[in-house]
Amino acid sequence: MITVSDVSKSYGRGKGGRALLAVDHVSFTARPGRVTGFLGPNGAGKSTTLRVVAGLTPADAGSATVLGEPIAALPNPGVQVGVLLDASAQHAGRTGRETLILSQLTMGLPRARVAEMLELVSLTADEADRRVRNYSLGMRQRLGIATALMGEPEVLILDEPANGLDPAGIRWMRDLLRDYANRGNTVLLSSHLLHEIEVVADDLVVIGNGRIVADGTKEQLLSSAGTFAAAADLDALQGALQAAGVGVSGGTGGLTVDAEADQVGRIALAAGIPLRELRPAGSAGLEEMFLQLTADTQREGVAA
Amino acid sequence: MSSNETLVKPEPNAPKGIQMTTATVGAPRRTAAAPAPIPFARLAKVELRKMFDTRSGLWLMISIAAVAVIASIAVIAFAPDSAITFQSFAAAIGFPMAIVLPIIAIMSVTSEYSQRSGLTTFTLVPQRGRVIGAKAAISLLVAIVSMVVAGVVGALGNLLGAAIAGVDTVWNVSVAQFTGIVLANVLGMAVGFAYAILIRNTPGAVVAYFVYALALPTVTGLLAGLQDWFNTARPWVDFNYTVTGLFDKLPDGGQGWAQLATSGAIWLLLPAAIGLRQVLRSEVK
Repeated sequence: MITVSDVSKSYGRGKGGRALLAVDHVSFTARPGRVTGFLGPNGAGKSTTLRVVAGLTPADAGSATVLGEPIAALPNPGVQVGVLLDASAQHAGRTGRETLILSQLTMGLPRARVAEMLELVSLTADEADRRVRNYSLGMRQRLGIATALMGEPEVLILDEPANGLDPAGIRWMRDLLRDYANRGNTVLLSSHLLHEIEVVADDLVVIGNGRIVADGTKEQLLSSAGTFAAAADLDALQGALQAAGVGVSGGTGGLTVDAEADQVGRIALAAGIPLRELRPAGSAGLEEMFLQLTADTQREGVAA
Repeated sequence: MSSNETLVKPEPNAPKGIQMTTATVGAPRRTAAAPAPIPFARLAKVELRKMFDTRSGLWLMISIAAVAVIASIAVIAFAPDSAITFQSFAAAIGFPMAIVLPIIAIMSVTSEYSQRSGLTTFTLVPQRGRVIGAKAAISLLVAIVSMVVAGVVGALGNLLGAAIAGVDTVWNVSVAQFTGIVLANVLGMAVGFAYAILIRNTPGAVVAYFVYALALPTVTGLLAGLQDWFNTARPWVDFNYTVTGLFDKLPDGGQGWAQLATSGAIWLLLPAAIGLRQVLRSEVK
């Protein structure tokens, strides 16, 4: 269980410059048994929020707790919370194995855990004895995962864990996190890629410009993403929907409608337009919603 | 959407198919007792290991013994027979040691920041003061062991040098003098450590230490020569000057110790206190 309550953090105060509000009254909960996806564009405040939870960045206001306590109050945090914030933040001069041994010693675990973890993340003995400076980002990511999982924590916090992993590695990570949550643990992972999160997350927390813009189960957010409708005469359908006062946007081979499927069906029937397709917009709609929700902060300035 | 109101309110106990069979949402998975706190000895052991487990760290440690041996050989090779005394060896070994030990202390702190391994270290041990304490304790241990090693190497050099030169061995360093040398090196290392927690960056802290140890004495020495008042005040405010005096002898009265305390408060305790405060409060990037 992770609880973030009203956390704010700004940077660059003083010198008369305007403070950058990186995180603005953020609140959300990540629950046991579920994978919570923390989604937002670059610079939205994801990492800062996770750093506050991990106790590495002091919040200006608000609080974050893990298992009901601030992380600093946990007697041996490593065996309760596994954290991977930045896979490249590892001493380049140590071997991968030595990096794990230091964590193993700190947490007070048996030495055998090191070999178990190396096997779990598929780092060979040969790779483990290389210095981290010679690791690819994907290998560092695996090493970071190994550190996070070593203490068998009931809470996992991962910032962009799929970065640098190849497709097979991403699939492996996804299965591992799914399995970890299924055993009753809390998993919170961030990403700026909707598709990456969508396939694994149960709950979604969307952040844009330092604020939470959407928060709910994946199903809820998917169903709130509108309805996809297609007809032979799209223009007529669009006209009828607009006449009924329903929001419509064009898509490939159909329309994304801001209404329930029932309502879209009734409007089409009343207008005498035979429908070819009618279904929840689902992931395409979620992506549309994600882009719109975060439009303010998108560097590309997506037209909403 | 610009407000932070939620689009969709999450249902606290939304049914989620098979996951619900293995987990009770909202309740902790385990009811096991809280894990035991991490003992300080364990942190110290980890910090000791970190001093040796990188190539640069290992070579710094080896360099302690190496400079002691090289300095002893240099004394035997170049010093006149009359200078083959234990004091010559102690002085020759002591100078490079005063450079190497602070660098070891500095790197133990700054590598957590420069190499960013602090992200893991301070996540596993959020009480950062305990980590800094463990590093300080291990730095002190390294200093004392190094001085013992240096003393042994110097003694062997003295025996060997006297035998080669065909003169009597001269043991002209008293226990008090040796204690003074150890104290001077420990204090120098402590200054390096203090600058490390204040600056938290390897090159920055090393430069700051060298300015303190090598550049500043020239300036203060010049000032003391020109200004009478500073010459009087110098032992009270110039820590480097006071500590350097320890290489000759321990203070023989309360005033000497008081001078060590006042100058140490300025150059060691103040930066250490500010540094510790910053370590505890700052972001670990």
